[in-house]
This record gives sequence, structure tokens and C-alpha cells, in this order.
Amino acid sequence: MQTVKKVLGGKFLVTVFSILLSFVVGAVFLAAMGISPTEAYAKLFSSIFGTTKNMAYCVVYGTPLIFTGLAVAFSFRTGVFNIGAEGQFVVGSMAACVVGILVPAPSVVLIPLCLLAAAAAGAVWGLIVAFLKVKWGINEVLSMIMFNWIAYYLSNYIAGLEAIHNEGNAEATKNVQDAARILLPQSMLDALCPAANWGIVLALVATVIIYIIIEKTTLGYELKAVGFNRSAAEYGGINVNRSIYTAMAISGALAGLGGAVQLLGMGARISIFTSQEGFGFQGISAALIGASNPIGVFFAGIFYGALKYGGSKLNLIGAPSEVINIIMGTVVFFIAISHVFKLPTKAKKGGKQ
Amino acid sequence: MDAFLNTLGIILYATLLFTPPLLFAAMGSCFSEVSGVVNIGIEGMMTIGAFVGAAMGHFTGSPWLSFLCGGLSGMLFGALHAVASVNLGADQTISGTAINFLAPGVAVMMSKAIFNSSDTVPLSAESKIPLLFANTFNGGGAVQNFLKNVFSTYATTYLVFVVLIFVWFLFYKTRFGLRLRACGEHPATCETLGINVMRMRFTAVCISGFLAGLGGACVTMATTNQFRPISIVGQGFIAIAAVIFGKFRPQGAMIACLLFGMCSGLKVVVGTTNAAISAQLISMIPYVVTVVVLVLFVGKSHVPAANGKPYLKTK
Repeated sequence: MQTVKKVLGGKFLVTVFSILLSFVVGAVFLAAMGISPTEAYAKLFSSIFGTTKNMAYCVVYGTPLIFTGLAVAFSFRTGVFNIGAEGQFVVGSMAACVVGILVPAPSVVLIPLCLLAAAAAGAVWGLIVAFLKVKWGINEVLSMIMFNWIAYYLSNYIAGLEAIHNEGNAEATKNVQDAARILLPQSMLDALCPAANWGIVLALVATVIIYIIIEKTTLGYELKAVGFNRSAAEYGGINVNRSIYTAMAISGALAGLGGAVQLLGMGARISIFTSQEGFGFQGISAALIGASNPIGVFFAGIFYGALKYGGSKLNLIGAPSEVINIIMGTVVFFIAISHVFKLPTKAKKGGKQ
Repeated sequence: MDAFLNTLGIILYATLLFTPPLLFAAMGSCFSEVSGVVNIGIEGMMTIGAFVGAAMGHFTGSPWLSFLCGGLSGMLFGALHAVASVNLGADQTISGTAINFLAPGVAVMMSKAIFNSSDTVPLSAESKIPLLFANTFNGGGAVQNFLKNVFSTYATTYLVFVVLIFVWFLFYKTRFGLRLRACGEHPATCETLGINVMRMRFTAVCISGFLAGLGGACVTMATTNQFRPISIVGQGFIAIAAVIFGKFRPQGAMIACLLFGMCSGLKVVVGTTNAAISAQLISMIPYVVTVVVLVLFVGKSHVPAANGKPYLKTK
């Protein structure tokens, strides 16, 4: 418990408390609509924990959010707000899709190639923004919002190209080759769910790597130093511009990988978007709920995935799935103001010393 | 020549149709950012305004009352953002992100509760924002048609530019505006001069929500005639981008909003007349143009010095 507390920076209890409170707020909204909160929550929880299949789906839903969450958390730690994870996710997903359809190769080669393409595409998307910022001082929030939309339309454009477009289905690309899929072996799919995939293992690996980079390496130290105080870091001999490039490339690559995992694990093809899918924006909340700590983000991603999956089943009993948005929003809101509740304990500590 | 005039007229018509929601929201963003509070929740505040405007329009049949209610609903979420980020000193980005989940959630949930659907009932022509000069340019001929295209448009289009002039005047010609801007640059100094920084920022964020709500209501009461969950998809973020583009000045944001509006207009015109060019690539133009213009002409944006930093009085 001590180590858990240490790892999560003492924010664990605050988060649990925020989650509980937000369910209360969600219940108030449900009751106001004339829907029994107990009935709705019973459905929600049975959809999450009811069967192994449900739980497996929650993990599958959560996997891409772990990646975008890590991307945003990493950027937060290095002093940039990566609101562009959405676009990086989209180009990553598209890069994996193109490779997965067009490159004839066995799984051992094809899957790493898809992941590499996705990570590279996401990194490039992040680097463009970093370049604009370093070279011309263009505000990164502004250019990321632009590049989210450029990615969106670029993906739609590529999805319509003859080489990868699905003739039978006007609204999507062809499926990637089976060799590119990262599904678990058939026996495990039968035991879990048809979409169960290796993505969660990749997410775990990514989480550990990012944790080590941030906490245990000189690179992480430099990046954090730039995040804390750019001028001081520069004075201390850190190449600030190079740090910005590195941070954005890593962050973008993570989001891009998220896109690949979603595609190779779950979707198998990319549909023409009609609106932004929001994996990047949902990653922002995953990062916030996980207190920008990689390990926290891992669990926050699964938590969000579980609510997304469970929430999608609420419509079956006539309850609106939007209550999930209200719950997520409230969690984030309580976390934003959580320091208010913590002030007294801090004062006590000071007194003792 | 006539064909050219006609095309130009249609582009201008579309520009003036797509600009007002962005410009209302952008002015809202200006208020908040200039006072030193990052408001990324503009998107959510637009969504609730869009819903309330359309819903009230359906029930009251009074467009202006509903439009106002749309603004007030945005203001309510603005106040929520203000309580967290101004009074309680929360991280402004986190609090704004929360608004972006909460407000659309509440909007769609209310729609389902009231209309039994995530879409509201389409507004009748009388409940929509009225068209101005609808019958002024009916003479026929290219010139008359051109004038009709450009000037016969929703009243909110005229209103938004009136509000813009008012906001500009408020920012740069009044004591309130000077103080507001000072709060975003150096709040501690303001406090020593007897300005209540918290109250100024609280007010600014509330106004921000109000204007964003009006922007949302423009979408559902003028550009279209009903609220749908996809009514507001990214306009709020575009408005925030427009403000950064305009160097945190309302008049600068206007240029950016017109640019976006015009590109949306071009998209409509080119998309319908020329199938050879991919509609997806045309849709990309406004965003690419923005980046190019930034690099070539605008460059570094001066962010208010205290922007994003919570100000808590030291006791």
C-alpha cells in the first residue's frame, strides 16, 4: 500500500473519492430524467463485470485510451499540452491501415511494420507542431487544433483512394490482411471476446517504458526540467529546442500507436469519419484522472474504457449513455478542484514539522 | 460576368452564414483569455447553448428569447468554470476539459428527456432567427441577386458585427477593458491598485460562456434549424484557435473567423460544382491556410502574461 501511495503520488484516494462523487452526480441527473439510478447503475455494472466477455471488452475499449492517455500525460510532464493526440491517433491509425492492406508479408514482419508506421506517423505529426513552435514561435495549441482537422480530412481522403478503398462498402477502407491483426489465439477469443487482442500487453509495455523514461533516465529529467522552467533548464545547459522535439515525437508516437492498436486489434478497417472520434480528447481525461502518472494512466484508461463499454449498453434499458459523459466530466472537475480538500492536511503536516 | 457575380455572391452568403457562430465564440474566448483564464470549455458551452436555443425556440416560438436563453445556459457553465478556475484556483485546462464532457452530456441527456431523441424537433421558420432584407432585393438580374445573396441573411450575422464593435470599444476605450486586460498581464499589480482580480476574472469567464452559448444558438437557430449531437463539432476549438491567431484581440479573431467562414463557403461552392477535386482535400484548406498564414504573416502570438496561471490572493 505504501508503494502504491508513493507511485500514485498520494492522489489515489482523491481520485477514488472523485469517482464516487461523480456517480452521485450522475445519479441526480438520471433521477431528474425519471430513470431509476439504481436500475441504470445495476445495468452499467453488470455490463462491465457481469461476464468475462464483458470485462474483456472493457479492456479492449480501454487499450487505445491508455495510449492516448500516456501521450497526453507525457506531454503534460514535459510542459506541453498535447491537445493534438486526436490527430496523431488518426494518422497513426491510417498509416497502420495502409501498411496492413498493401504490404504482403507474414505476421512477424507485418505487425511490427504496421506499429512502426503508426508510431512514425504520429511522431511526424507531433514534430511538425514542434517545428512550427521552435522555428516560428507558432502557438502549439493552435497548430495542434489545425493538425487534428488536417489529419481528419487526410484520413478521409486516403480512405477514398482506389488502392485501399473497399468497393463493396462506400464508407470504409478494405480490411487489413489477417496477418496484420493482433488478435489473441482463437481459443482465447472464445474464452474472452471476439476482439480480445495483444494491444493491452503493448499498452502495459508502453506504460512501463514511459514510466522508466520519465522517472529513471537523464532524458526524462531533462524533459521534466524544461517542463518546469524553460529558462532555468536552458541556463542549466539543457538544449530546450531539442527537448521540445523529443517530447513531441514521443508523445505523438504514443498516440499513433494507439491508433494502430485500435485498428489492428478491433476495427480492422477505417471508416470515413463524420465527426472526430475523440480518442485523443478522451486521452486528456485519462491523463488527468491518472494524475499524469503512467501507471495511473494505465488504470484510468481501463476505467474509461469500462465506462464507455458499459455505457453503450445503457440504451438497452432506455437510459441515456450520455450519463457517462457527465460522470467523466464530474470526475475531471472534482480532480481539478481536489487541492481545495487537501489544503487542511497539508497545513497539518507543516504544523508538525 | 454574371456567373462570376453569382458565384461570388454564394461564397459571401456562405461566409456570412458560417462566420457568426465562430465569431461569437471567439469573442467569448477573448474575454476569458485576456483576463488570464484559459477557457478550453468553449466547445462545451457552445453545445449547451445550441441545445437550449433550439429547445426553447421549439417551445416558446420566440427566437430572440430563445437565443438569449442559449447564451444564459452557456453562462451557467461559464460560471461553473469560473468557480473552479478563478475562486478555487483549479488548473484551468483541467476544469475546461471537464466542461467539455459535462455540457454536451447534459445537452444530449436533456434532449432525450424532453424530445425522446438526441435531436430536437426542427424549428419552424417563425421560430428561427429572422432573415433580414428578405424581400428587398427581389428585382431579378445578376446585381439584385448578388445583393440578395449577400445582404439577405440572418439577423445574427448583423448582430455579431455590432457586438464585435461593442466588445472592441469595451476592451480598448473603457476603464473596464483596461482593467480586464491588466488582470491578464499582471494580476498582483492590479490587486495592489485596488482592482478585485477575482471578480474581474469571474465576470470575464461568465461573459465568455454567454457569448459561446450565443454562438452555439446561432448554429441551431440560424445555420440549421435543430440541435443534433453533431451540431457542434470542433467550432469551439476553431474559435479558440482564431483568438490565438488574432493575437488575443477581438478584431484579429474576426479576421480568422472570416477566413474560416470563407473557406467553409468555398467548400460548399466548389464541392457542388466540381466533383473532380476531392471534397476531403477542399475541406482541409482552411486549416492548412491558417498554418501558412501564421507562418508567413502573423508569427508569434503575444499571450497575456498571466494567462493560465491561477491567481489566489496571498493572505
